[in-house]
Amino acid sequence: MEQVIFYGFAAILLFAATMVITVSNPVKAALFLVLAFFTSAAIWLMLHAEFLAISLVLVYVGAVLVLFLFVVMMLDIDLAPLKEGFTRYLPLGILVAALIVVEMITVLNAPQFDVLPAAAEDGSNTRVLGRLLYTVYVYPFEIASVILTVAIVAAITLTLREHQRKLQDVGKQVAVRREDRVRLVNLREPKQDKGEETS
Amino acid sequence: MFQVPNMLFVLPEMVMLAMACVILLLVAFTGTRQIHWVIGLSQFTLFITALIVVWNMGEGGLTFSGTYIKDNLSDVLKVFVCVINMLVLLYSSRYLKARGLRQGEFYVLAVFSTLGMLIMVSAYHLLTLYLGLELMSLCLYAMVAMQRDSAVATEAAMKYFILGSIASGMLLYGMSIIYGITGSLGINDIALAVAGSVGDDSILSFGIVFLVIGIGFKYGAVPFHMWLPDVYHGAPTAMTLFIAAAPKVAAFAMLIRLLAEGLLDLQHYWQDMLIMLALLSMIIGNIVAIAQSNLKRMLAYSTISHVGFLLMGVLSGTDEGFAASMFYTLIYALMTLGAFGMILLLSRQGFEAENIDDFKGLSDSHPWFALLMLILMFSMAGIPPLAGFYAKLLVIKAAIDVDLLLVALVAVVTSVIGAFYYLRVIKVMYFDKPLVTHRLDAGRPMQIALSVNVLMILLLGLFPGALMQLCSFVFV
Repeated sequence: MEQVIFYGFAAILLFAATMVITVSNPVKAALFLVLAFFTSAAIWLMLHAEFLAISLVLVYVGAVLVLFLFVVMMLDIDLAPLKEGFTRYLPLGILVAALIVVEMITVLNAPQFDVLPAAAEDGSNTRVLGRLLYTVYVYPFEIASVILTVAIVAAITLTLREHQRKLQDVGKQVAVRREDRVRLVNLREPKQDKGEETS
Repeated sequence: MFQVPNMLFVLPEMVMLAMACVILLLVAFTGTRQIHWVIGLSQFTLFITALIVVWNMGEGGLTFSGTYIKDNLSDVLKVFVCVINMLVLLYSSRYLKARGLRQGEFYVLAVFSTLGMLIMVSAYHLLTLYLGLELMSLCLYAMVAMQRDSAVATEAAMKYFILGSIASGMLLYGMSIIYGITGSLGINDIALAVAGSVGDDSILSFGIVFLVIGIGFKYGAVPFHMWLPDVYHGAPTAMTLFIAAAPKVAAFAMLIRLLAEGLLDLQHYWQDMLIMLALLSMIIGNIVAIAQSNLKRMLAYSTISHVGFLLMGVLSGTDEGFAASMFYTLIYALMTLGAFGMILLLSRQGFEAENIDDFKGLSDSHPWFALLMLILMFSMAGIPPLAGFYAKLLVIKAAIDVDLLLVALVAVVTSVIGAFYYLRVIKVMYFDKPLVTHRLDAGRPMQIALSVNVLMILLLGLFPGALMQLCSFVFV
């Protein structure tokens, strides 16, 4: 029974992944990507990796793909030229993909990569992960939070342009004097004062 | 079972993080109006951190479940990182003001970047090492990009960011392979797993290749050096100074932790790779530097050749070699500080003293600073009795001790070739007519600090014993 469900999900995953790169409408492609992520989350759930499954749905489907959709909808990209060489490059692409599959099978069959039994003791790996993250790995965890702080500082530093903001300073407007705005110019010798009559 | 970590060990990092947040808030609320407070607070942070490390020296060990190490190497390097960055901030404050760059953020990023370096220096776990490296690098990328209106600086930042990310990816890939094979991320456990493994360990060399490529990228060793001249040249000089000095010290710690402490038993794999990197770096760096007319670019190629020398000590695989490499790294940092400090000293608003021709006739107008530049160039060329000579001597000796005569020979020949371009700067200063008028508007503190910085090189050349002892004491 479990195998049937697995193959069902795997088939949907492959179908969705193929649709992502073949469908012509980018919005549809993004939606198929949602389906692909969701299906792989389901496969992870079947492997008792519920934390990974939940974070995949929350982070990728919830945040990253919504961002993708926004970008795709806001930018008007003409996709026809991108698709032009599809059939021409297809044989080469298939060849490369096949090579990668063969290589991965060879490497992953090495005895060093034998799968160890899962570490979750009471069936909930979220709890195990959480306990590890806040005890054994608390130092790397804190560093990661510092990196996120730096990321936002850097992003703001590189994009904020203060000079372009035009704000009214009411105090200055009220306190303005006549001399600041008007300059009296002697018009008897216009040649010398050319270009700076009033300012 | 989980043990409560020893917080005393991480006190320097904690203080620095807390102070970095205080500086960040100060900048966020006052902008550049209270910039002298920001500068003072940053300097104070670096100083107090160095002081805590010195005060805390001695007792060491692992904590935070083996992700953090406090030993002599980490203590000594931390003090040097803090002191180097104090000098960097001192040299660059006037330059930043004259260029109208976002000064506040520079200091925030500088302190965060120093925190990253400290984390790297005392990382004993691949995860911590990688996170420290990323923390440091992210700050550096942002610093280079800070001069947004300059196309050259933006291009430099783009190159630095993309190639740095590729390097991080390589490093991470190598780490993941090492993890996959040894089953652990702690440096200690990796060393044990490697020592205990029987039979074919060639699959580990696959991981080492990626580690070495990542390290080579970060150091700028040939053939992974392409980013270095463009970034040094394109970045505002203050940022170049920051990238060139302390990160190399932190990278040295990374190199030692990964190859010398984690994978020493696999030296037969990484020694040959480092030999290739060292030879190519020394040859290409020294020869291409001859053709440069821009001083920053010339110093970039000179850095590449120094990286070659530095790797020469590490690849010998002996404690003397590591100590020689550490001596070289520290002397290199001092010399780089001095050389870029001179460029910053002579630069002023609207003028960048970055061409070699800008130094023409410096001895007529400012004999003292011309003399300092002479000491720097002689030291970089490796002429006795300056510190640069002893640094080169030690790494060459380390290579000869393990019978790598060819490497030592190439090192000697290339350093003779390299003397040409250093001597040209001296010739230009003393024998040519000035093209531009040299005007110093730098403050007293910077002039004094720069003088002390350069005189230290002379002093360490005359009496290298103390620093050498410190370096070999670390690797006992």
